[in-house]
Amino acid sequence: MQSQATYNYKVVRQFSIMTVVWGIVGMLVGVIAAAQLVWPELNVHEFLHFGRLRPLHTNAVIFAFGGCALFATSYYVVQRTCHTRLFAPGLAAFTFWGWQVVIILAAITLPLGYTSGKEYAELEWPIDLLIAVVWVSYAIVFFGTIAKRKVSHIYVANWFFGAFILTVALLHIVNSAAIPVSMNSMKSYSAYAGVQDAMIQWWYGHNAVGFFLTAGFLGMMYYFVPKQAERPVYSYRLSVVHFWALIFTYMWAGPHHLHYTALPDWTQSVGMVFSLILLAPSWGGMINGVMTLSGAWHKLRTDPILKFLITSLSFYGMSTFEGPMMSVKTVNALSHYTDWTVGHVHSGALGWVAMVSIGSIYFLLPRLYGKAEMYSVKLVNAHFWVATIGVVLYIASMWIAGVMQGLMWRATNPDGTLTYSFVESVKASYPFWTIRFIGGVLFLTGMVLMFYNMVKTIAGEKAYNAPVLAPAAAH
Amino acid sequence: MADFISGFWNVYVMAIVALSILFCVFVLVSNMTKRESGPAQLHGHVWDETLAEYNNPLPRWWMYLFWITIGFAIVYLSIYPGFGTTNQERGARAQYEAEMKAANEKYGPIFAKYKDMDLAAVAADPEAKAMGQRMFLTYCAQCHGSAAQGAKGFPNLTDDEWQWGGEPATIKTTILGGRMGVMPPFGPALGGEGVKDVANYVRSLSGLAHDSLRAQRGADLFQQNCVACHGADAKGNVAMGAPNLANKAWLYGSSEATIIETITNGRNNQMPKFGEFLGEDKVHLLAAYVIGLNKK
Repeated sequence: MQSQATYNYKVVRQFSIMTVVWGIVGMLVGVIAAAQLVWPELNVHEFLHFGRLRPLHTNAVIFAFGGCALFATSYYVVQRTCHTRLFAPGLAAFTFWGWQVVIILAAITLPLGYTSGKEYAELEWPIDLLIAVVWVSYAIVFFGTIAKRKVSHIYVANWFFGAFILTVALLHIVNSAAIPVSMNSMKSYSAYAGVQDAMIQWWYGHNAVGFFLTAGFLGMMYYFVPKQAERPVYSYRLSVVHFWALIFTYMWAGPHHLHYTALPDWTQSVGMVFSLILLAPSWGGMINGVMTLSGAWHKLRTDPILKFLITSLSFYGMSTFEGPMMSVKTVNALSHYTDWTVGHVHSGALGWVAMVSIGSIYFLLPRLYGKAEMYSVKLVNAHFWVATIGVVLYIASMWIAGVMQGLMWRATNPDGTLTYSFVESVKASYPFWTIRFIGGVLFLTGMVLMFYNMVKTIAGEKAYNAPVLAPAAAH
Repeated sequence: MADFISGFWNVYVMAIVALSILFCVFVLVSNMTKRESGPAQLHGHVWDETLAEYNNPLPRWWMYLFWITIGFAIVYLSIYPGFGTTNQERGARAQYEAEMKAANEKYGPIFAKYKDMDLAAVAADPEAKAMGQRMFLTYCAQCHGSAAQGAKGFPNLTDDEWQWGGEPATIKTTILGGRMGVMPPFGPALGGEGVKDVANYVRSLSGLAHDSLRAQRGADLFQQNCVACHGADAKGNVAMGAPNLANKAWLYGSSEATIIETITNGRNNQMPKFGEFLGEDKVHLLAAYVIGLNKK
């Protein structure tokens, strides 16, 4: 064993801290956007208008908060499960600073109105180029570390992180292909036209969910759940099946975003059936995580980190059941364009992605400063309950509002005319938008507690880098 | 075949769809094992001191779930379009046409019974009025407002001002065929001062505050440039959709700045046509509703 070598925790620390910071920023913008729906007079300025803040919110929570959490955890996990230091530490540092620059550029350009108009890919071409460079660097650091691993087998968490990194590179580069108006202009036009453009956008869009928001976070789950529960992963075999089925099937699911549009029938049908097949592979991850706890269920009572992780898996299971159901054309005819979709996204984003990230970051923070646990475990517990109530209020209100909107839009009078005008469905949605706003405020409050707890944990502590461990002897 | 540019793509789509389903089957079948008796065995590898894996078999109910979804995919694709160009007759177009046909058969007569009635008579019929209002709120309210009061660029339908004519039959024609209103830009021809003069002249016609010297100069410019459409008396011309400038109704606003903007850059406006989309019977009720709004 190389006696003095330590893991590279610096970049993990940087990304972990920024996860919390960007979480607060992104969720705050979300709460403001939610408030603007309830009180339209809050649209005070062009730069702060709902139409500008909404993409800022989605980009901030997915790519800034979620992205930093994925960088932090994948860099931590890949080193520790490969029993080696991070490959190319200079490049790893570049991914941190590069990613922060991307986030800041997004926070400036989106309110100014620079947008490519592609959902979850709004950033204009110069920023897209920077993202591509940062992402390729990330891939080099990650796969370089895998290549110099000291163990023969690659741990399952790294399969998922690896699939996420490779696929996001592919998705980003293909979907963001665009032709700038001129080299001096931020404006660009997509390389694709018409329904092909729409299909590529949603091939990207759904795989952003599948790989950025699912595969990456499953990687996180496969390390932090067994670590925190101190139990072996339930089934290696299940990992193999659900990994290959998941990454393979997700690629097909995009067309369900374009049901009943100009997209050809065959594409819609294929998108729908593969979205349904996706149910079992998705649940494979949930089963493997939850069953890992068998024999250690009592720990849930006292360990708030485990509560975050296991609750996140419950929400993962719920939203990956809901998703395939919503992709069925008849259900989609009711749910599409309503708040049900918004509720579905947030049961995944808050319930699954945010909760598994929060649990993992609570695991990481003390260890990155050589401590056993957070400054206040009670506050972690309080965070858990505030966040859980927030998510429940959010998704329940959106379910009711969404189904109500869908039913109001399709209701007809005996003469075939529509029973309700659109604005009546808007009026009927106000109470639910108010509840959603309260849910969002609660979730944000939890993040503020986390920030306080983080500062107290870190304050006065020295950064700590754990020594590289020798691999266990092979059996 | 319309979805593909050549027969090759049909075969290609069939092949990748079949292979994709077979891949799921393969992954599943190759990992099915019978449950062994005794406690679960560890897989043997250890990472980061404590991370290990049991080698439990796939949960049985989960495998059934996977098989059911695969089975559903095969059944669905054998009934609906998806496997290349098969089953087009059960596609969205056929579904749409069948639903529209059924709806027209069901609802058509409800509207058709008014079609031979005079528009004024339909406007007086309370049932027809309720149906007309429901259609107005669905198709017209986005631009003209729920109470038909209009907005900047969208005419008020409750006053006596009709840019294209207020006869019942004309209103129906407007809804059926739509209208394209074009005011050409006069900025280049009149110059900044000239535009301002004309703006003051037309404001004077409506009894609005104006600079009388400018209005006098504007009157001459108006006679040279504007009368072809708006008429010598500026009362407009419904045949061309040229508005009356000598009353209180101003589609875009009556401030000097707005009128200068209108004259300088011109205006383009469009009322979409609803004839093809709604059919004449429904437009008949809609026209009657609009006429009814105007009778106060």
